[in-house]
Amino acid sequence: MKKLILTTALLALTAGAAMAQTIRLGTEGAYPPFNFINDAGEVAGFERDVGDELCKRAALTCEWVTNDWDSIIPNLQSGNYDVIIAGMSITAERDEVINFSENYFPPAASAYAASAADADIETGVVSAQVGTIQAGYVAESGATLLEFATPDESVAAVRNGEAVAVFADKDFLAPIVAESGGALMMVGDPVQLGGGIGLGLRDSDTELKAKFDIAIKAMKADGSLNVLIEKHFGPATAKF
Amino acid sequence: MFSSCADPKSIEGLQWLLCYLTSGKHLDFYWSFVTVLTLLAITAPVALAFGFVGALASRSPLLPVRLVGQGYTGMVRGIPDIVFFLFFVIALDQGIEWMTHQIRCPDWTEPIRQGLEFRVCPEAKVPQNSAAQIWHSIYGFGLAIFTFSLVFGAFAANVLTGAMQAVPRAQLETGESYGMSQRQVLHRILVPQMWVYALPGLSNLWMILIKATPLLFLLGVRDIVYWARELGGSKTQAYEYPHSDWRLYYFLFLLCFYLAMTHFSGLVLARVSQRLSRGQATAAGEAQRKAAT
Repeated sequence: MKKLILTTALLALTAGAAMAQTIRLGTEGAYPPFNFINDAGEVAGFERDVGDELCKRAALTCEWVTNDWDSIIPNLQSGNYDVIIAGMSITAERDEVINFSENYFPPAASAYAASAADADIETGVVSAQVGTIQAGYVAESGATLLEFATPDESVAAVRNGEAVAVFADKDFLAPIVAESGGALMMVGDPVQLGGGIGLGLRDSDTELKAKFDIAIKAMKADGSLNVLIEKHFGPATAKF
Repeated sequence: MFSSCADPKSIEGLQWLLCYLTSGKHLDFYWSFVTVLTLLAITAPVALAFGFVGALASRSPLLPVRLVGQGYTGMVRGIPDIVFFLFFVIALDQGIEWMTHQIRCPDWTEPIRQGLEFRVCPEAKVPQNSAAQIWHSIYGFGLAIFTFSLVFGAFAANVLTGAMQAVPRAQLETGESYGMSQRQVLHRILVPQMWVYALPGLSNLWMILIKATPLLFLLGVRDIVYWARELGGSKTQAYEYPHSDWRLYYFLFLLCFYLAMTHFSGLVLARVSQRLSRGQATAAGEAQRKAAT
């Protein structure tokens, strides 16, 4: 009798735990069209749609959390949230500290945007966001790197003359350049960087990674991922 | 907020501005002022309490108590605020989770620190993963309040120690000669009389506390600085209310807010100081006596 009660109690506990598995998704919220905070105060953008869909397919309850970019990896490792879904490119350097899922956005180009067509991107001051692959690329080129905590500020630096150009994801810069009314323009050639955008997970969360990989593969296979890419980035962007 | 703001891309001018200033994000911005004022309202008395305990401990005749009191004030005052904040909040957060882990998961075999990760069993996470984000925000805010109180309590302890030593010895001796115990002397003579000496230091601390509230932003709490930076940045058409770089105006608004707070605080503290100086042997007390005659 006692054993029966104990086993039922244990089953109830573990079953309850399995059903109520809430996954916290950490994003930056400052990188449209990937992720941003809309005027109602909610996380929105391409990654909001992808994240919600992945959670639905993996049968998980998901909660969205925002976190500043420069502490996004340490806070994942401290357990503040379980997944990083913030336009983070898959690189070998990051792979040493965290695990990546399959990419859900194909490897994309990064480009320079400047306020003048003859901006000196080879040796001048180029701004980028701190801790990004673009910042690493600028640091290794001959230009002087000027880093900012948010992508917004790196563009503002070009507008107010602190930097001659900003180097960031082309998909991030394209709407900004288009709406700038001629104040900003793309210069130089685009550069392919990174292995596409993937979910960041802790090294010990192998089960969760497997769940998300299955869901991402499924979304690629049935074309729903391409639909979302086209919805947020326009028909000209590279798809799977 | 208003039904006429349902389609922001089709309105212009003053109506656009009104709709913009009452959008969901802006309402969060206005609520964050309440967050900051709540921080001040809770931190001030708690810091004063910490300061009191620290001051009394520093003056204690018992060596271990005295060491704890002096160690507390020395350590907190000796480390830069930002460093202490960033370290202490993480340490406190992990410390609480470590303790709940020991209590709730005694048979967990894996180590808590795995490589760079801090991983406790899911039942020991504070707050739980399944809890709504509001609880996480409140918990983070609570940690911030505790850390603020600890830091400002150390400064308050220093001010109060100095104030307690400034009370004229003759006053305390009179109490002793009346047969009061040490505790009675403390309650009835030392503490009431030390306030006038403590007030300049404490009012200074209050001003510093007001100006230090943006540290909440460093701790990841969505305070007014966070929202000003978020709302001020230039916005593309992906947003409902696109605009250019308006950070100047938002930060100007914050500047005015802080100036108003410190000005108002200055007025209130001047009043309190006047009140406390009545009958005291200080310059202010003397000035009141001369004015009365």
